Amino acid sequence: MSILIDQNTRVVVQGLTGREGSFHADQMKKFGTQVVAGVTPGKGGTEVDGVPVFDTMREAIEKTSPNCSVSFVPGPGSADAVMEAADAGIPLIVAITERTPIHDEARAYRYVKDRGLRLIGPNCPGLVSAGKSKVGIMPNQLFKEGNVGVVSRSGTLTYEMVNELSSRNIGQSTVLGIGGDPIIGTSFTDALELFNADPDTHLIVLIGEIGGTDEEDAARYIGDHGSKPVVAFISGRTAPPGKRMGHAGAIITGGQGGPEHKVQAFEKVGVPVANTIAEVADLAARRLGAAT
Amino acid sequence: MKLQEYVSKDLLRKAGVPVPHGQVAESVDQVEEIARRLGPVAVKAQVLVGGRGKAGGIKLADTPEDARQVAQQILGMDIKGLTVEKVLVEQQQKIAKEYYAGITLDRARRQFVLMLSSMGGVDIEEVAAEHPDAIIKVPIDPSFGLLAYQIRDAMFRADFDRGAFKGLQGILGGLWRVTQDKDAMLAEVNPLAVTDAGNAIAADAKIDIDDSALFRHPDLAQYEAESINDSVERYAAEHNVPYVKLDGNIGIIANGAGLAMMTMDAVRRLGGQPANFLDVSGGARAEVVRQAIQIVLMDPKVEGIVMNIFGGITRGDEVARGLLEAASTMDIKVPIAIRIAGTREAEGRKLLEDSPFTPEPSLDAAATTIIRQVHEKHAAPVGGQ
Repeated sequence: MSILIDQNTRVVVQGLTGREGSFHADQMKKFGTQVVAGVTPGKGGTEVDGVPVFDTMREAIEKTSPNCSVSFVPGPGSADAVMEAADAGIPLIVAITERTPIHDEARAYRYVKDRGLRLIGPNCPGLVSAGKSKVGIMPNQLFKEGNVGVVSRSGTLTYEMVNELSSRNIGQSTVLGIGGDPIIGTSFTDALELFNADPDTHLIVLIGEIGGTDEEDAARYIGDHGSKPVVAFISGRTAPPGKRMGHAGAIITGGQGGPEHKVQAFEKVGVPVANTIAEVADLAARRLGAAT
Repeated sequence: MKLQEYVSKDLLRKAGVPVPHGQVAESVDQVEEIARRLGPVAVKAQVLVGGRGKAGGIKLADTPEDARQVAQQILGMDIKGLTVEKVLVEQQQKIAKEYYAGITLDRARRQFVLMLSSMGGVDIEEVAAEHPDAIIKVPIDPSFGLLAYQIRDAMFRADFDRGAFKGLQGILGGLWRVTQDKDAMLAEVNPLAVTDAGNAIAADAKIDIDDSALFRHPDLAQYEAESINDSVERYAAEHNVPYVKLDGNIGIIANGAGLAMMTMDAVRRLGGQPANFLDVSGGARAEVVRQAIQIVLMDPKVEGIVMNIFGGITRGDEVARGLLEAASTMDIKVPIAIRIAGTREAEGRKLLEDSPFTPEPSLDAAATTIIRQVHEKHAAPVGGQ
């Protein structure tokens, strides 16, 4: 098993005809993902490498029954694409694009929630269920099937983490990038709930960063509800307040989002916070060893 | 993008919010001329840093001659490392009461909130820390916006002056319109004042525009340069490179924001001081890498560079090529240590084999190498080597 996506996931790519969309659709297919349709307004009736393109999401649903969308639509139209997917009833919407205006995102977030659907991102690398399916832009060759769930706010850092785990023969169930924006559809807590319900996930690696309080909320969830073993990592521990560290969401403001508080919150509920990626893998290996 | 007070107030004025009569000036002559028209004025330094009043950047002047004199002191003065280039000259206000009003994103709730407090004119973060109950928060539904009854309700709860109720209510409505229409991440009026005459007025204002929405606001593009204090940061922003200047002497280049932060953290953990954050982003091409090195070296404090590349879409050989290209076109006087892993790692390593940039086996090794070299340089006697 895995969370959110598997070999039965049928993906529609919003913005398939663009440079990013076509490149990553091809990579997804090479990974083994079922890419069933693309949507680009005005390009309906064409094909990209055998994948039919539709003008609207509604049409794509009628003709190809996807159950997941991934959007490469650039910032100005990004939230609109998410809402179009939600209105068409797509249960899992993955928004890769960065630079979505925050007021647009606030509306899109609400729009998706009101329909009981799930949004991942925006500004995220997507997700991979090892050996089954990939939705997004993570590099194909890193993954190894296994029992560690990974959830992260960062892209490259996730690849680094997965590479380290795989190189030590520690496989993954699902690797989920939740995105670096101040408003994101799926939180750490949501991811923990999903991983805790997945029998094939035995341990969770959580990669947080400065900004916001999602890490603290996740720690509270672990304290209140219990969880499978979690190993955490926080990046940006030396970042000064008031400076945005690349990600729109990675900023310490108004006394919130500082690293010490996040580290303390995790340690208080028995979640070790590693200093390096290698140390995360060490801790994971030890805990997995102890669990079996 | 943080806007100066005079720009923030201009946006509010256009949205129907009463602000003090005033005008921005860059010379003492201008200040005197404006003061002649306005009567007793306040001369306020336009710098994007907190505590400018305490630093002597805000002064009152009762006559045009006084105004000229205080402008002489303020224009060109240094406030926390920033040179004052503009002042806002405003009619003095006789203020009876000071409140706080702000609209900002509540990340935990994933929506914007209106915040009101009767404790105005002071740092709201201090109020939040010491008297959290003194701040009334009202979540704003993105589908409907800030509703009139929500404003009224919050004002009653914050115990706002009933005599100036209509005026205050109008200002809060205007504040929301500006937030929405201008894609603000933060729109703050502090103090939100009631004058002796009983009029509500936005005595100070601070607006931060969402960078991702600037494409919708070409009218604000002219303020982009003055929104960034540091010259290297400004140059990087103009070239769309995510760069943040820090205090140390070890330059950081990594692909990906998370990786760049981790690299900073590693340098600090191993005893060094990061000079910057720089993300060369996914798919970094040789030219982008060259530019990144150029930007990092614009900071004269940089004495060594740690590069940390994890190839996903980014290819190790492209990065290596960029590094070699930078070395051949620039006079690089500081040591650079690079760690490459992932896609095309082997090709990248091979390219760098006979260069001064032998790849290090790990991030910690690369950071340690540079920290040691910088340290040795300092330990060496003057004129040594």
